[in-house]
Amino acid sequence: MPTLVSHPDEVKIVSRRFGQGAADIEKYIELDGYKAVQLAISQGAEMSNWIINTMKASGLRGRGGAGFPTGMKWSFVPKVSEKPKYVLVNGDESEPGTCKDHVIFLHDPHSVIEGTMIAGLAIGSKLGFIYLRGEYRYLLKQVEKAVADAYAKGFLGKNIFGSGIDFDIITQTGAGAYEVGEGSALMESLEGKRGVPRIKPPFPAVVGLYGGPTVINNAETIANAPHILLMGGEAYAKLGTERNGGTRLFGISGHVERPGVYELPMGYSLRKAIYEVAGGIKDGKKLKAVVPGGSSCPVLTADEIDVGLDFDQMGKAGTMLGSGGIVVLDETVSIVEFAMRVISFYQHESCGWCIPCREGTDWIKKTLTRVYNGGGSKKDVDNVQYLAENMMGRTFCPLGDAAAMPTLGFVKKFRKEFEDYIEGHKAGTTLITVEQLVGAGH
Amino acid sequence: MSTVTNTIFSPELAARFDHLVTIYPVKRSALVPMLLYAQDEIGYVSDAAVSEIAVRIGINDLEVRNVLSYYSMLRTKPAGKYNVQVCTNISCMLRGGYGILDHCKKTLGIGHKETTADGTFSLEEVECIGACCWAPAMQVNYDFHDELTPEKVDVVLQQYRDGQGKDVK
Ligand SMILES: Cc1cc2nc3c(=O)[nH]c(=O)nc-3n(C[C@H](O)[C@H](O)[C@H](O)COP(=O)(O)O)c2cc1C
Ligand code: SF4
Ligand code: FES
Repeated sequence: MPTLVSHPDEVKIVSRRFGQGAADIEKYIELDGYKAVQLAISQGAEMSNWIINTMKASGLRGRGGAGFPTGMKWSFVPKVSEKPKYVLVNGDESEPGTCKDHVIFLHDPHSVIEGTMIAGLAIGSKLGFIYLRGEYRYLLKQVEKAVADAYAKGFLGKNIFGSGIDFDIITQTGAGAYEVGEGSALMESLEGKRGVPRIKPPFPAVVGLYGGPTVINNAETIANAPHILLMGGEAYAKLGTERNGGTRLFGISGHVERPGVYELPMGYSLRKAIYEVAGGIKDGKKLKAVVPGGSSCPVLTADEIDVGLDFDQMGKAGTMLGSGGIVVLDETVSIVEFAMRVISFYQHESCGWCIPCREGTDWIKKTLTRVYNGGGSKKDVDNVQYLAENMMGRTFCPLGDAAAMPTLGFVKKFRKEFEDYIEGHKAGTTLITVEQLVGAGH
Repeated sequence: MSTVTNTIFSPELAARFDHLVTIYPVKRSALVPMLLYAQDEIGYVSDAAVSEIAVRIGINDLEVRNVLSYYSMLRTKPAGKYNVQVCTNISCMLRGGYGILDHCKKTLGIGHKETTADGTFSLEEVECIGACCWAPAMQVNYDFHDELTPEKVDVVLQQYRDGQGKDVK
């Protein structure tokens, strides 16, 4: 069972009900559950505009990785559509280093349900899907029960809260595929196909699931909606920084004393997140590097952590806030090994649809493996950089970039370590042996 | 009563499938969950399962296989009763994930995607399972086990041997 953690610097909005038994519908209701959706309905004819304006004012940006403003996303959906509109909740959570949606589904599944209803009311949809990765079976059961309880109370189904509006939710499971986390691939999967991404445009807001206008949001994004409606958009925005409203869940993992999922205000110092919130580097060791937002984000060195955790500040620092999964590496880690493990993942997950990604990830993996096995030459580092640079922006979906960006970060920032390694001077203690690599399942 | 006569699935699962194909805007949306639930019952997705699911959805076997081959959790051959899946991705690797994998290999006497002779366990090295903050982590079938040490792994495996595992379905 995931251990719940806590720190005085946390500002608990989306995690407010964690650890309080709110998976139980009665408890959820007692803790202000299903009030936000009723408040929205009470706006009458202005309901849709009111929701969207409140979401816009909140400055909430998508928690799935790209940080797109949620209110704006919802406003792109055409008011009138011949085809039914859909809300799609992305609970595929597969970016290495990310386990925050896990905790939401476990401790507060009704917040996802209520958020889905709110998104539905905002865009004029009657059907929402909550898609969880296949590995999250016990969480799917939890969400299924919550949905059934909400139906039993009459909160879902016909004429929700006397609004005259019908709204249904279907829960769905994946079956193992990182690529399916990408929005359009997820739609393919939900239509019963292979998870190959779709070309854009058209964007899902216009042509999405079953060809209908679709809003797709990360589970944490959706779980925030009820809180935002209840506290007001401006109040939520004020918790964060400019253009980065509110708080977010950060999963701090790797070499820290107190790993865990913490809710911190946007813009909170990365240094403090590591040294104070997560208790500093494990066993008193020194910090070497940080992968700040899931495995696809370029690495930061120990000297680069005086930066605020929001989308814009991280962008300025040359990396990304991503999925909020902060992975901390102490001084004993070999970046060569770490980089190799990261690219092995992307090589394994590339769907093979387009050449720069399929071949690029494969060649980078092969080259780094050769380096790792002691057969590398200095030119290999250039080759890796060249391959990664040529993948950037040239692939069908962003997975190609997700593989290239961290690779570039490693070889640019730790070039000397790669060169030293090639010359036979290995840094760090071994985390993967050659045998493990050869026998690897990825 | 199942809409498919001579179903290969249990009455409960057949009834569930009857329902599942009715809830979506298109039947085919039920495909991925059906494959997974069929595997949960049979242990893998058999040829017979493929055919019946194809009939239920109204597509041909080949279309089913095409989807089946995409998803890493789906298999077309039996695995052990308990499939031990050890994560070695970054957060787990940093906290000893490879050591846990090696320990499992040694204790069970099998390698990646192999099954013990008595059919009790199979072993798999997997990518991130969404338990990074509680690393190193593994799943046995659908059950999560985290903050692992070799000693804890021994206890967990023994529980399954003794029929005391949680075994979520
Ligand atoms: C390869 C790939 C994997 C992704 N995986 C996830 C995921 O597991 N969960 C998620 O919410 N978003 C994921 N995304 C982002 C989604 O495409 C999409 O942007 C997001 O769900 C939108 O929600 P948001 O605006 O609330 O962030 C992924 C994107 C890519 C390119
Ligand atoms: S970038 Fe990679 S994952 Fe995306 S479509 Fe191309 S091959 Fe597939
Ligand atoms: S890296 Fe192992 S669970 Fe995420």
